[in-house]
Amino acid sequence: MAVKKRAKDLNILEKLYIPEIVKGMTLTLKNMFRPRVTMEYPEQKFEPPASYRGRPVLVQEQDAGERCVACGLCSRVCPALAIEVQANETDREKERFPEKFEINMLRCIFCGFCEEVCPEEAIVMSKDYELVYTNREDAIYGKDKLLVPVEQLQDRIDYLRNFK
Amino acid sequence: MYEILTNIFNSEIIAILIAAFLPLFLFILPFALFAVYLERKVSAFMQDRLGPMRTGPYGVLQTVADILKLIQKEDIINKDADKKLFNLAPVLVFAGSYAAFAAIPFTSIYIGTSADIGLFFILAISSLVVAGILMSGWASNNKYSLLGAMRSAAQIISYEIPTALVILSVVMITGTLSLNTMSEIQTAYFWNWTIFGGAEWGIQKILLIPFMIVAFVIFYISSLAEVNRTPFDIPEAESELVAGYHTEYSGMKFAIFFLAEYANMFAVSAIAASIFFGGYQSPFGYFGNLIGLEWLIPLEQLFWFTMKGLFFVFVQMWLRWTLPRLRVDQLMTVCWKYLIPYAFVNLIIIGLISLI
Repeated sequence: MAVKKRAKDLNILEKLYIPEIVKGMTLTLKNMFRPRVTMEYPEQKFEPPASYRGRPVLVQEQDAGERCVACGLCSRVCPALAIEVQANETDREKERFPEKFEINMLRCIFCGFCEEVCPEEAIVMSKDYELVYTNREDAIYGKDKLLVPVEQLQDRIDYLRNFK
Repeated sequence: MYEILTNIFNSEIIAILIAAFLPLFLFILPFALFAVYLERKVSAFMQDRLGPMRTGPYGVLQTVADILKLIQKEDIINKDADKKLFNLAPVLVFAGSYAAFAAIPFTSIYIGTSADIGLFFILAISSLVVAGILMSGWASNNKYSLLGAMRSAAQIISYEIPTALVILSVVMITGTLSLNTMSEIQTAYFWNWTIFGGAEWGIQKILLIPFMIVAFVIFYISSLAEVNRTPFDIPEAESELVAGYHTEYSGMKFAIFFLAEYANMFAVSAIAASIFFGGYQSPFGYFGNLIGLEWLIPLEQLFWFTMKGLFFVFVQMWLRWTLPRLRVDQLMTVCWKYLIPYAFVNLIIIGLISLI
């Protein structure tokens, strides 16, 4: 049986093993004093960057209610068929508004297509990642849960204006 | 120690019982609790994690909670197990590792037994653990347990040879088998430790230093193998053998195995400290001597002894989370082809030096 030649033979110190073990041990010792990356979740929460895609929300203006004009593009583009919009009209200047706007959070895949397609910047992805519900009915978010004041979403809107 | 206790209780039997159980309740149990916590924290820190943080401040009560959980657990004995051996095994394993503490001097005034053959006793009694482990593996009637037990027996018996050879070479220099006398010899400052050639000045001391270091390395490697720690933890290799010889054990019996393992860890560390690193002697002289308080010295000795022991326990953990596990054949190769020849050569050289 032919003896296989190694690409690089070990030198005498490496053959002794102990110096190499000491090298490994200095590495692990150094690691002991590095800062930890673990966060203790309920007390310490992760603040996501503006590019984070949390749950989709509707933008609510200070005085004039929602920005949404119920064009239905988000509902059309949604690959998971999670969004349901029903339009209605008023006498105001911006006459169309969604009478019913529902996102089924069990279906939502957080792709962000709804936000991308929206002509009015009315639906954006928030930083909210804590989505808990105990039954299927609770998972369908209506307008009451979806409407979020514009100040809280300024971060994401600025990000969209820069990079979209 | 005996004299004081005998005087207090007027009975030698009570005195012996108390002297025997004292280290268990005062030392081994709290140590095992602390060592499990330390192990989890050390592993976490080496892997950029936090480790236990929830039970008590920084998770210090985690092991207490674990013990409470283990006490409440159902004691399961599988149907085909050999019940007598199955129940006897954890006791035997624990007795083996606990008996080793009898010959370890914690301070100059406390030692379980003042027998002059302390080291011999430890070598002999720690072999009892093998019987317990084989017993548990056989009685469990489980192929993984049996494999783990067989591996453990092969490993412990093989690695006892380099350990004994190294201890023999140290005994040749110090001329005593008693750990207490050995610690007394290495008194005062750290350059009197056996690893630095012992307390006597001269050409002999300087010649001895490199060989004592080799002796210590061999001793430490083989003691790691004897207590089944990584990189020699093949008897309980989780990825191959589930949990090795204690796979079938649950509840308190498992806890006893665990306790024995950690007690053993400290025992070998304490022996390493006693033989090579001055035992309970302080490396820088005693504070009690300096300010003239004689009673402070034993406390200082206990402190130094615990610190030295804990340091070697920490090194064991450090190695565990640094090195991967060896294969069975590699383990045997390390012992029979490297450690034993080196230990023999070392023994002969140290013998020759001691003749000068």
